[in-house]
Amino acid sequence: MADSAAIPNEAETSSKWGSFAFAPEYKAKADMYIGRYPAGRQQSAVMALLDLAQRQVGEETQTQGWLPVPVIEYVSGYLGMPYMRTYEVATFYTMYNLAPVGRYHVQVCGTTPCMLRGSDDIIAACKSRGLLKGATTPDGMFTLTEVECMGNCASAPMVQINDDNYEDLDHSSMTAILKGLAEGKQPKVGTQLPGRHTVEPYGGATTLHAMVDKNHDYRGEY
Amino acid sequence: MPKVTVDGLEIEVPQGATVLQACEMAGKEIPRFCYHERLSIAGNCRMCLVEVAPGPPKPQASCALPATEGQIIRTDTLMVKKAREGVMEFLLINHPLDCPICDQGGECDLQDQSVAFGRGASRFEENKRAVTEKYMGPLVKTVMTRCIQCTRCVRFAQEVAGIEEVGAIGRGENLQITTYLEHAMQSELSGNVVDLCPVGALTSKPYAFEARPWELKKTPSIDVMDAVGTNIRLDSRGRAVFRALPRINDDVNEEWASDKTRHAVDGLTHRRLDKPYIRKDAKLVAASWAEAFDAIKAHWTGEAAVVAGDQVDCETMFAARELAGASTLEGRQTGLAYDTSSLSAVNFNTTIAGIENADVILLVGSDLRREAPLVNTRIQKAMRKCGAKVFAIGPVTNLTYQVEWLGDDLSALTKLPKLLSDALKSAERPAIIVGGGALRYEGVHGAALALANKYKLVRYGWNGFNVLHFAAARMGGLMLGFAHDGGIKALAAKKPKLAFFLGADEADYGLFAESFKVYVGHHGDNGAHHADVILPGAAYSEKSGTYVNLEGRVQRGERAVFPPGDAREDWAIFRALSDVLGKRLPFDSLDALRAEMAKAVPALGVEGLADYGWSEPSLPSDVTGKIVDYPIKDFYLTNAICRASETMQKCSAELVHCTQFLEAAE
Repeated sequence: MADSAAIPNEAETSSKWGSFAFAPEYKAKADMYIGRYPAGRQQSAVMALLDLAQRQVGEETQTQGWLPVPVIEYVSGYLGMPYMRTYEVATFYTMYNLAPVGRYHVQVCGTTPCMLRGSDDIIAACKSRGLLKGATTPDGMFTLTEVECMGNCASAPMVQINDDNYEDLDHSSMTAILKGLAEGKQPKVGTQLPGRHTVEPYGGATTLHAMVDKNHDYRGEY
Repeated sequence: MPKVTVDGLEIEVPQGATVLQACEMAGKEIPRFCYHERLSIAGNCRMCLVEVAPGPPKPQASCALPATEGQIIRTDTLMVKKAREGVMEFLLINHPLDCPICDQGGECDLQDQSVAFGRGASRFEENKRAVTEKYMGPLVKTVMTRCIQCTRCVRFAQEVAGIEEVGAIGRGENLQITTYLEHAMQSELSGNVVDLCPVGALTSKPYAFEARPWELKKTPSIDVMDAVGTNIRLDSRGRAVFRALPRINDDVNEEWASDKTRHAVDGLTHRRLDKPYIRKDAKLVAASWAEAFDAIKAHWTGEAAVVAGDQVDCETMFAARELAGASTLEGRQTGLAYDTSSLSAVNFNTTIAGIENADVILLVGSDLRREAPLVNTRIQKAMRKCGAKVFAIGPVTNLTYQVEWLGDDLSALTKLPKLLSDALKSAERPAIIVGGGALRYEGVHGAALALANKYKLVRYGWNGFNVLHFAAARMGGLMLGFAHDGGIKALAAKKPKLAFFLGADEADYGLFAESFKVYVGHHGDNGAHHADVILPGAAYSEKSGTYVNLEGRVQRGERAVFPPGDAREDWAIFRALSDVLGKRLPFDSLDALRAEMAKAVPALGVEGLADYGWSEPSLPSDVTGKIVDYPIKDFYLTNAICRASETMQKCSAELVHCTQFLEAAE
């Protein structure tokens, strides 16, 4: 993609990751995923295994992890797949990082609902902290990517940072989250609006009032 | 057999046919890009949209829709027309308008179909997407901006070539076709993706910017790079052959050709022998035809030995035989000396098309991928079609499919491992393929025949005994008696005074140290280095010739261009020489020669599969030892034409010897 980071050079990558292998706890998980599919169909587990590999790489590099080519090849070998087929999967899904990312991978949703609810402010907040699209901050802390819809439109705008979603953001709450993460704290995950829990209607129900306290059968009232 | 109605015409189509096939049977042209008869169905170009009832009220992709009873298909409605125009407009959104500098121009599906089915104008005003070029090897040039993502090349690589190195990375607008990490395609069939590509994204690298298709003369010919007898079309302009393309022949090459077949043609203009030479004081000196003939006459005793090379046509061999006598002929120049008393015992009896129905295949000392790439794809097809199991005796090599390797010890032929004998016993159509290289070893031929006998490889309606040759001249030579008892060594031991070498560049000339050696051929290769007299002949593109492929199929090719300089067609050389030697040959034209040849060997007079019957010679079947290696060390440099070809040299350096070429700075 146009704003994606450059993949490090081949020799460097292969010397660093050439001997990659699943750590015991990851191996156990990998075998569990493979076990979910019938014999001979173990290739179905490729996505789960790529994710595991990326997490292990992340653990080893203290980042969110990425998939160097030798790691992709290791996963291919683990599943008995041609390299190309695994590589196709890894390049298809944005979940897999083909270039190194920082400690926190900040994925800002910029699709229409988020954009209407102020995702431009979120990107501005990132920018004022020194985050640039497709780049990692010099301290290796943050990588910023703009992504398409993540399915949190009811609590737009949102960002996904590593495995957590932060929703109902504005400039100040985004700045606070980034500050908290940089200081090593864990900000509140999910919606940032006081009094809101998940994606329930904010400020009370606007429809189905009878169901606020107890279950109600509307069927007779159509 | 479902009955469908196509544009008001009711037709019956075979069970399992698609709507697209039904439309074609009804004589309707359906535009398409991703659909290809010999590849799996992808359904991603959407160009083949038609209207089908019953079904949803929208256009449907006909290539992926099965034809069912009572379907009413329309290909001529406004909906279909608009759908095609729409798809074409989308395809052209990112396709550059560079037809004037595109090598595909004139034979481009996109060009033709946009004229026939497109709108004529685009409403797209944004910038076009651009894609970086991908490296696919020394034969395939890429201009990936032109790619319309039909994925034919991906499917070809996976399903026919058997290499999973080509794929589509990224997604959506960023989808790009590439080889894995842009490494060269490690395939002997990579050139076929150029033909498959419906646009100019993959074009031929050696042929880049050479010619336009409409200015080339097209001549049907037969390939001589291996013994498959690939049906080809030679495209020539003036005196040069620019490219070789496969013709469709389902019995032989389907519509594929190996890279050697396609790209060795530039060797036809290099290192050519274009005038006669005579060796004077250990040096070859140019001479006239008359001087050369006189030099030969001085050593003529009424008889001569003839050693035929790998690429000679039957006419040349016949003319040489008529002149030199039938008792001192040999075609197996590398020293093989197998028994040829029964031609059926050294033939590929299952036939190339037939081998794809086999269910158990045993390879004996045969590196099929290099010896006959197009037979190799048939075996791959057999595995997909009938779940064939392949066993092999010989050093382990990558044949692109799953093989059960039984080791390189030849004793496995007589004492079969249980795995193999069980498979052979329960097989319905078992086949054995004995590589030409395995016949080097004493007793292999007999042991293979004994095995065929024991497991009834030859049964009603099925002949599973195959010998795989890899010289285009071999079967024709054997039919003409170019096989001396004991092989070339025994022939040399007769110490012939005069020996003719017909394009024989692999022979051991040391054996003929005392003979007067006349080389009749087209390239200044090994044979010419050792010759006392060189008579310049014609290459396969420069003469009409009859060739017999490894399954005994007699095929004829035509002359595309004329031989260079003073070179002449080989049969005419022997005819002229016969006058000088006082043994005038009884033919003055190629037709007369062919008539004579058909009188001597009737099967050579009829195009098509020759019938050798089936008879087994009784041969010793004791085998010991190991198969050390395969005869073809370098797929790209197996004969004089390839060795003279810059393209093949580059392929060899890069794909066989893994040399890295730096790209020129642009």
